[in-house]
Amino acid sequence: MYDIEELYQEIIIDHSRNPRNFGKLDTANKTAEGYNPLCGDQITLYIELKDKLINKIKFSGSGCAISKASASLMTEAINQKTESEAIIIFNNFRQMITKTTDEDYDSDILGDLEILKGVSAFPARIKCATLAWHALKSILDNNNQEISTE
Amino acid sequence: MLDIKKIRNDFPILSREVNNKPLIYFDNAATSQKPISVINSLTEFYSKYNSNVHRGVHTLSMESTDLFEEARNRVAKFINSKNSESIIWTRNSTEGINLVSNSWGRKNIQPGDEILVTAMEHHSNLVPWQILADINKAKLVILPINNDGTLNLDEIDTFINSKTKIVSAVHMSNSLGTINPIQELCSKAHKVGAKFMLDGAQSVPHIPTDVADIDCDFLVFSGHKMLGPTGIGVLYVKPEILEEMDPFLTGGEMVLEVSYEKAKWNELPMKFEAGTPNIADAIALGEAIVYLENIGMQNIRNHEIELTEYALSKFKSLDKLTLFGPLDPLIRGGILSFHSEDIHPHDIGTFLDHEGIAIRTGHHCTMPLIRSLNIPATSRASFYIYNTKDEIDYFINTLGNAIRYFTDVK
Repeated sequence: MYDIEELYQEIIIDHSRNPRNFGKLDTANKTAEGYNPLCGDQITLYIELKDKLINKIKFSGSGCAISKASASLMTEAINQKTESEAIIIFNNFRQMITKTTDEDYDSDILGDLEILKGVSAFPARIKCATLAWHALKSILDNNNQEISTE
Repeated sequence: MLDIKKIRNDFPILSREVNNKPLIYFDNAATSQKPISVINSLTEFYSKYNSNVHRGVHTLSMESTDLFEEARNRVAKFINSKNSESIIWTRNSTEGINLVSNSWGRKNIQPGDEILVTAMEHHSNLVPWQILADINKAKLVILPINNDGTLNLDEIDTFINSKTKIVSAVHMSNSLGTINPIQELCSKAHKVGAKFMLDGAQSVPHIPTDVADIDCDFLVFSGHKMLGPTGIGVLYVKPEILEEMDPFLTGGEMVLEVSYEKAKWNELPMKFEAGTPNIADAIALGEAIVYLENIGMQNIRNHEIELTEYALSKFKSLDKLTLFGPLDPLIRGGILSFHSEDIHPHDIGTFLDHEGIAIRTGHHCTMPLIRSLNIPATSRASFYIYNTKDEIDYFINTLGNAIRYFTDVK
């Protein structure tokens, strides 16, 4: 038994309805697509990278409440962070969501992102929460092709 | 009227709970639940009769062969096939279509020929024909649909023409619920000398099917959607066509005589069943058919018309939802696909699951169709013999709660 409120926290619903940093970023010098063929979710991530600093970030696309909220929260969390700081946030987020190892994540590093913790109890929804993050990873890895969570 | 209470008691899974709520299983278009007789058939086979078929002279082998062939006869009778040689075991509908496109298709489709499918086909009745058209340099033609989810037959005589060599159409759409006028498509195909293939994956479990009456050349369906186990399906082929077809998979069981240089094919239907077949599941599918026949296919259809009519009327109470497919329950199966502008299907699916309701969300393996509706995915509820109006009431009520949950500001 799980509680649905664990998944759909108020902040998540808020971010899904009013996503932050939503829209196209004309000054972007890095873009990546994230696509989940299973549910048709699609996002495009735009980053203006300035000397290894994520100077501006936006996203566009369509998806479920979890994928939109996760993308929105992600843009807030990594804006004005360096590439290496962003990778550390990515790794901690992935650790929290997928629990692939016993290693714990660092709450302080994740900040607001921790409200997505409940997703880890919903295996069918983990891909929703990680869609934007995979697009981010492909930009950080300098591999800007369309990526898929399938 | 079906005795639903009695029927429900035959399905052990229906007494379990999901998230502390009684399970409401509305994902029957994906796979059906299994009655205890089918489950028992599997354990009984492995406990008493397990051995290979068509091979040994020992008692177990003869007994399992008898059971296996008896199941084939049951399938033949169930769809009114005059002979059981026309019944080929496959894994599922998908394998049946691939068998036909590879075996019949590669040999008979010439450059410039046309293959016609409808715009509402499952990927399994689309991709094999794309590949065949590509290899044999033929043209794949798509018959369009109307806004209400029915086939657009306005220019059917242009779509089915002298170049058309095969028409392959779904009987009941798994995404829209539409029941297509297959008799008309079949006779039009035959008029121009084309073959007609029927995808019965959604229809055979829910409406009476008579291959002699339809006069189709090929029919495929899956056991697991009609109370049987997964991994067993059926391909029906008209005998005169089957005689001319080359084998699809080759190896053991499908040969009569083999030398190091060449092989002579076994008689029908074994020619198309290479390797040890899925014996236990075929026999269990036979049990599923016994169960369906005891209830009566027309009774099942009537029950589902009643449920669909009821659900369609209840849907009207919900705002902000678009329902796809025709609104006349006589030309639609118990499949309700819907979408909300404001809520993604996955969020609806998770919310309903929390209340014990299992529905399907996604593109239902009909990506081109869902894209043509300009939506990313739909939510789909689909019914079967064990579903009730009470369950529909609870479902509609919960769906209303979901809409309020996701759209009202908390």
